[in-house]
Amino acid sequence: MANFYTDVPEIKFEIENSPLMQRIVDLKERDYADKDNYDEAPQDFEDAMDNYDKVLEIVGDVTANIVAPNAEDVDAEGPHCENGRVRYASKTYENMDAMIKAGMNGMTMPRRYNGLNLPNTVYTAANEIVSSGDAGFENIWSLQDCIETLYEFGDEDQHARYIPRVCAGETMSMDLTEPDAGSDLQSVMLKATFDEENNCWRLNGSKRFITNGDSDIHLVLARSEAGTKDGRGLSMFIYDKRDGGVDVRRIENKLGIHGSPTCELVYKNAKAELCGSRKMGLIKYVMALMNGARLGIAAQSVGLSQAAYNEGLAYAKDRKQFGKAIIEFPAVYDMLAIMKAKLDAGRALLYQTARYVDIYKALDDIARERKLTPEERAEQKTYSRLADAFTPLAKGMNSEYANQNGYDCIQIHGGSGFMLEYACQRIYRDARITSIYEGTTQLQTVAAIRYVTNGFYGQVIADYDQLAVAPEYEAYKTRVQAMTEKYNACVAAVKEAGDEQLHDICARHLYEMAADIIMCYLLMQNATKAPELFAKSLNVYVNYAESEVLKHSNWINSVDVAQLDSYRQA
Amino acid sequence: MKIVVLAKQVPDTRNVGPDAMTPEGTVNRAALPAVFNPEDLNALEQALRLKEQFPGSTISVVTMGLPKSAEVIREALYRGADAGYVVTDRCLGGADTLATSYTLSQAIRKIGDFDIILGGRQAIDGDTAQVGPQIAEKLGLTQVTYAEEILSVDPENKKIVIKRHIDGGVETVEAPLPLVVTVNGSAAPCRPRNAKRVMKYKNATAAAERTPATAEKYAALIAKKPFLDITQWGAADIDADPAQIGKAGSPTNVKAVQNIVFKAKDSRTMTSSDADVEGLIIELLNEKIIG
Repeated sequence: MANFYTDVPEIKFEIENSPLMQRIVDLKERDYADKDNYDEAPQDFEDAMDNYDKVLEIVGDVTANIVAPNAEDVDAEGPHCENGRVRYASKTYENMDAMIKAGMNGMTMPRRYNGLNLPNTVYTAANEIVSSGDAGFENIWSLQDCIETLYEFGDEDQHARYIPRVCAGETMSMDLTEPDAGSDLQSVMLKATFDEENNCWRLNGSKRFITNGDSDIHLVLARSEAGTKDGRGLSMFIYDKRDGGVDVRRIENKLGIHGSPTCELVYKNAKAELCGSRKMGLIKYVMALMNGARLGIAAQSVGLSQAAYNEGLAYAKDRKQFGKAIIEFPAVYDMLAIMKAKLDAGRALLYQTARYVDIYKALDDIARERKLTPEERAEQKTYSRLADAFTPLAKGMNSEYANQNGYDCIQIHGGSGFMLEYACQRIYRDARITSIYEGTTQLQTVAAIRYVTNGFYGQVIADYDQLAVAPEYEAYKTRVQAMTEKYNACVAAVKEAGDEQLHDICARHLYEMAADIIMCYLLMQNATKAPELFAKSLNVYVNYAESEVLKHSNWINSVDVAQLDSYRQA
Repeated sequence: MKIVVLAKQVPDTRNVGPDAMTPEGTVNRAALPAVFNPEDLNALEQALRLKEQFPGSTISVVTMGLPKSAEVIREALYRGADAGYVVTDRCLGGADTLATSYTLSQAIRKIGDFDIILGGRQAIDGDTAQVGPQIAEKLGLTQVTYAEEILSVDPENKKIVIKRHIDGGVETVEAPLPLVVTVNGSAAPCRPRNAKRVMKYKNATAAAERTPATAEKYAALIAKKPFLDITQWGAADIDADPAQIGKAGSPTNVKAVQNIVFKAKDSRTMTSSDADVEGLIIELLNEKIIG
């Protein structure tokens, strides 16, 4: 039987082969403190790793045998809006039921709330796997990770009331966007007023483009401070659907991810409770929420890249033209090789990011239980910074790769790919949103560029360069070092020019150069450990990245402040 | 409610590769992975639904086979069963349906307290569909075969209503408890394994599975978590009559095993010319194959 986890050994490799994993598990398991209190808790590191493997095997089974076969019907039917409520496509309920029975909700939450206490790295793998079966369903299911924000900033009473519900399979949504507040969330106007009589908050207004907007538990960004206009007047609220007061006005008609209802919501005096402190909604909580969501989209993108590669490969082997399978033609196998190289490189970046997130989040959590030691505080700071710097790279690059792989997948299918009967068209449509929502690639560049200019990526690259690689890969290392020289020269040139507009227009190029180089190093490490899985992709990716870096370098060297006018359209 | 589910580990004959048969024409078991008999999984799902409907119900899974058949017990525990029994003994080997149903009915007698016995309609290795009905006969119970869905159970009045799959439609029947129900493959598929239960039961073993090398490790685990010890019964444990078990209790004799290769016969080759296609359509219409 097909299994979307065991069929892709690269995922298992990413889970099991990082030296950081032992530390992650030790922290997450608090040195295995639960081992005698919960029947399912691991006894030690090996036991925990074996649990992760088994959990992902279930995810791979459910995805391959239920979610993926349902994807076409879910895409065709889509959700319905009836009397202010969402009714999902009928097979979405089948998917949800299977996930609940498999126990795949509240995956990262502590056991005391009925969670599985899995590291983010493992949850990321689950996300990727489900997405490779149906990215639209993955959207609904993976909103479970909003509970992380409630766990981080809510109080104990809120934890006890909400977390077990999410672990039991109730769904979540994050209600942020409004008609006039998309990328610019400071402009959110949904009004929150305190109802003295009933000792609760009341929400009034509307939200737009809310994924899974009829969820059971909503995290809502609203203006609690009357008269304010910027982010400092916003707070985060919890709205419980059981209390009523929020209706779905309509469901958007979208290009892709049809299974996932994107809703316009109307709040009519809806009862809500404050999560965390007033005025910290955007500044702190939504930033945390978005960082988690961005890692989720990176995983969704990798899943889509995998799906695109699978479909392209299968078709190229099957389709015969001029007397042979089209995969025999260099023009076709070149496309597939680049797809696979982007997939492997992007996946390496995804899991490296997830591991960084895991370490700092586990330490954050421990800090709520006891004072961290100075060493732990330093460790927390290091990994928190790495996570911040890597998240926009993982999200931006993987979402672009998912789009590129979706495009190439259709190209391999030729005319048949343009017809609606092959899965490649759904993958292509579903991938399109990944580089837009939870922050466009352009905004990922904005989030990342400070790590270009302050030299942080340069330092990470220098650290990676110190890691040993297999002797046969030393030549690649030399080439990547040359790429880094170009990158450093470009950074210096842009900084030296000292022009804000030039800096901003070069940002995307610098961002991609840093990401390309980092991914080369990560693939070198992977191929050193598992050449059978990664040697080909390493070769193909270094060739590809080298030409990309050269392209960006040439561009930056050609453009100066005087030319900026020709880039501006009237 | 006390529910017993009968399950069998079978070679996966649904995924037959080119090396599924030996050159001598016998089944090459090494080439076929051992799996949970598919219709037994349908039966387990019906049991799990009853358990959800009647909280406090227990599901005991019984299997007879080699020591490694304890794997089906683990698979059932992963999905929500409460206990498992592996009936394994050298003297049980070579059993036909008569000896198997005798052995399983003895095991069920030993479990004692039950309201419903569920099993798959048939196993994919033998396709006899005899074991369930024979158990009902041996235990003197009502039987409902080809079940597709248990529609309702009234534990107080000891009644059950079941939808059966029959030729050309369905039939709804009412029967008294306790009874034997064999479940058809068209019933709801079994739910997936549950993450927490897999983590809890992954080290559950039957004694016969443990080797001298692993015995110590499992003993330590079982001392801490007794639920990791899967109950194992031999022929003596279930008071089996030696004359009715294994080869001795099996009147069936396999005369020969033949490897049948389907060959197309009476084949004709037609071109894609309009005349040939039209001729074929007319012929099919005349023979009422299409129309």
